Amino acid sequence: MTEQRVDPALLRGLSGRRIDRRDIFKIAGLGAAVSAAAACGVKGQATGSASQAPDQVQKFWAGKSAGPTVAFANWPLYMDPSHPELKKFTAQTGMAVTYKEVINDDPTWFAKIQPQLAAKKSIGYDLMVMTNGVEFEECIELGFYAPLDHSKMPNYTANAAPKYKNEAFDKGNVYSVPWASGITGIGYNPKYIKTPPTSLEDLLNTAYKGKIGMMSDTQEIGNFGMMATGSNPETSTPDDWKKAADWLTKQRNSGVVRKYYDQDYISALSNGDIWMCMAWSGDIFQQNASAGTNLQFVIPSDGGTLWTDNMTIPITAANPVGAMQLINFFYDPKIAASLAEYINYITPVPASQPIITSDAAAATGEDKAALEQVAKSPLVFPSESDYSKLHYYRDFKTPAEHSQYQAVFNPIVTS
Amino acid sequence: MSGRLRARLIPYLTILPGGLWLVVFFVVPMIAMLSLSLQQGDVVHGFQQTWHWQTYTTAISAYRDQLIRSFQYGLISTVLQIIIAYPIAYWIAFRAGSRKSFYLFLILLPFFVSFVLRTVSWNFILADNGILLGPLKDIHLLPQGYHILATGTAVVGGLTYNYLPFMILPIYVALERVDPRQVEAAYDLYATRISAFRKVILPLSIPGVFAGVVITFVPVSSDYVNAHILGGPTSTMIGNVIQNQYLGTQDYPTASALSFVLMAFLLIGIFAYARALGTEDALEVAAR
Amino acid sequence: MTSVAEPRGSALDALEENAKPRTRRSSRGPRPRRRIGDVLLHGYTWLVILWLSLPIWVMIVFSFNNPRGRYNTTWVGFTTKFWSTELFAYQDLTNALVASLWIAVVSTIVTTILGTMVGIALGKYRFRGQGSFNLLLFAVISAPEIVLGAALLSLFTTINTGLGYITILIAHVMFSLAFVAIVVRARVLTLDPSIEDAARDLGASSWTTFRRVTFPMIFPGILSGALLAFVLSIDDYVVTSFTSGNVVTFPLWIYGVSKLGLPPQADVMGTIIFALGLLIALTNGIVSKRRAR
Repeated sequence: MTEQRVDPALLRGLSGRRIDRRDIFKIAGLGAAVSAAAACGVKGQATGSASQAPDQVQKFWAGKSAGPTVAFANWPLYMDPSHPELKKFTAQTGMAVTYKEVINDDPTWFAKIQPQLAAKKSIGYDLMVMTNGVEFEECIELGFYAPLDHSKMPNYTANAAPKYKNEAFDKGNVYSVPWASGITGIGYNPKYIKTPPTSLEDLLNTAYKGKIGMMSDTQEIGNFGMMATGSNPETSTPDDWKKAADWLTKQRNSGVVRKYYDQDYISALSNGDIWMCMAWSGDIFQQNASAGTNLQFVIPSDGGTLWTDNMTIPITAANPVGAMQLINFFYDPKIAASLAEYINYITPVPASQPIITSDAAAATGEDKAALEQVAKSPLVFPSESDYSKLHYYRDFKTPAEHSQYQAVFNPIVTS
Repeated sequence: MSGRLRARLIPYLTILPGGLWLVVFFVVPMIAMLSLSLQQGDVVHGFQQTWHWQTYTTAISAYRDQLIRSFQYGLISTVLQIIIAYPIAYWIAFRAGSRKSFYLFLILLPFFVSFVLRTVSWNFILADNGILLGPLKDIHLLPQGYHILATGTAVVGGLTYNYLPFMILPIYVALERVDPRQVEAAYDLYATRISAFRKVILPLSIPGVFAGVVITFVPVSSDYVNAHILGGPTSTMIGNVIQNQYLGTQDYPTASALSFVLMAFLLIGIFAYARALGTEDALEVAAR
Repeated sequence: MTSVAEPRGSALDALEENAKPRTRRSSRGPRPRRRIGDVLLHGYTWLVILWLSLPIWVMIVFSFNNPRGRYNTTWVGFTTKFWSTELFAYQDLTNALVASLWIAVVSTIVTTILGTMVGIALGKYRFRGQGSFNLLLFAVISAPEIVLGAALLSLFTTINTGLGYITILIAHVMFSLAFVAIVVRARVLTLDPSIEDAARDLGASSWTTFRRVTFPMIFPGILSGALLAFVLSIDDYVVTSFTSGNVVTFPLWIYGVSKLGLPPQADVMGTIIFALGLLIALTNGIVSKRRAR
């Protein structure tokens, strides 16, 4: 840092520029302009209505033909890692499938795709799987989903169970068809719990203080709270929500809840950190198969939740025709059976059950036992009486409703 | 003339690429986010700029507990880290000789592996009847109902663990530059080992401790992953709330407001600490 | 610089507490008594290193586990199959690891170059705006990751770029730059300017001075900065999760699947990364021991 003689003219020039304050002011001004533009750019686009006229379907599919690849975004562990089904699809149609397990939860996925879909840009996928719920509703309202052409999926029409052909959250399956469904019920470890739980009230049992796990998703606990206080979640009102929240708060204050889990309750349940928890049917099944544990699952008498992960096509998909063919392919009973044997959640294709049974008969050893379990499991093929106890999540008609719901249930989980 | 002009311009030119990067990708987004925090609306219908300052007051009062708790955890964890890190930094700086970089590398090594893998492993180690607590319970050193996971203790433990290198390195750097001749001078003047430490080494290392506190306290207080994996319902931190607001509820204005409140408190805390230490230019010291 | 020691005061203290006859000693302290303190500190250091690496040992052990299904949380049996035949069974995991390494390398290079330039500018010269720039660096470091990620996301959304490799790189360089700059600056501040002056007096041009005098002297600082940038990039989760779009990096993949159950392959890859790092450390240790001789 040697001192240098500076030309006075230069010094004048330099001292004229107060780099610090003026530039920051300019930047602030620029930033304000940017954010004003941002305010314009973050405008939502609530366009589509829930159902679309047949000519809308025509309009979307007109002139489209299949491309060489299909990009498929899905949740983790929803397909055998060696992708046997996808290989069969490629052999049959010549289209390659890029399969990425990038969806971990709906809110984060929605936050990721929303900017690009709102700008009518491609998200890089032709097919994606989303759960029925808030984000699903928002996608419909914002016009993010392409309407499905039912004429292109005869397998679905032929093989899907009637229950999956007219769901409350997507009447007429305009935008989606199920990939797999699951039940949220009560999982427990018989090593520590001698009398099996039968109803939601068992989740309040202070004998198991600090040993009960609940989920952190507000839709899940909201449903449980509502069913425990006698309301039907699908038609519930804000008053029902408050009653449910009171029930949940009572549970929380009594100290029985150890933690509100995302989806990682399963290891806590297996190693004894918790003895009983809200659980998804397939997780219990899989943990038993993985580690030989003996965890049990019950659908409470006062109700359990049924949710469905659905295949949808984003409106900016590069190869929607290929995606439709893939959807149709997955509803072939043999393929559906192959998927169910790995996923172990509820398959929408009942015809896959006899196929799994015959696969079990043909297999030997460990595989045989595993497949037999799948074929017989009420967690993969529930009975009608099981279904009668199950409810969907609450649909929200407006974002304001959703905010209200969140405001009621969020404090229970984040405090 | 042109030579002198060039010489004068060299610092600006040198700093230009990096500086530009930071301005475009830090300052501008920050201002955009500040603007967002004053808007109202929702994801579906868009946000409008309404200068809605109440968002700040509502957010602070609603999540006051989490804010306070985050700073508590941050403070406890930082203090613990100083206590744990200082002896190690001291030993490596003064006693490790030619193998200094070897030990530093060993310390940094676990952090090459993804922190999720590390934290998940801690989940396994700290399980109620796992390899740590199980034997202790068997010999009745601990009550049967005792658990570490899903408590604030586990969260603080995880925070202390995950950010320890950020505290060790600055303290080490400061200690390493202590001139051994000054220490030797102290001994020559009949100082005991402890006095030499207290009066020579410790004061010279304070800038390092300060730097360590600065680059540790901030991420620790705003962390959410540790609370998420290791914590329970009563150990939620403000980071969890912000993440939930952004990605769960999609209440961007509240999330942005909370982010700025968090940052403001952190900066105030650090400058207050710098004042307490009596340093004029906190940044000069932080750089050391 | 900083405060200077007060030998007089401590000498008085010493005389007060303990009038032991003292002979001249080196800075290592009196031999026989202090050995215990040294040994304790040495042992303590290893204890902490062990504690820091404890989860790694768990990870290594579980990479040899043989669960029948997906969850790798309870020990079932020993196998090496996930090390050999099944290692790349999860295509996504392999891709994620490759993506992370690629991004980390590029990010480190860019960050080191830009950050070194900033560090040198701040350390060597005095210029207007220096204080503000220091403030900016400070702000970048103190901004919580979640704030950085969200702010970047809103920027990219506004200007309508797609999210992907480029946006991840931009984010990583942004938050690592400040760290590198501060480390390099600290090193530059310790330089003795008379050495550079001597070089110039001997007729070297500015560039030559930099290349052959300055640069080698600040190289350890640059190296530490580069190492820091690499680690920050390869392990980043929060900011990456906001700016990654469809790209999946190693931490993102791990976090996503960890909720359901990490397959043994993840533990294997983690072990491999750890082993590589250990190898570098050992090599470095041997090399520096040789140099010390």
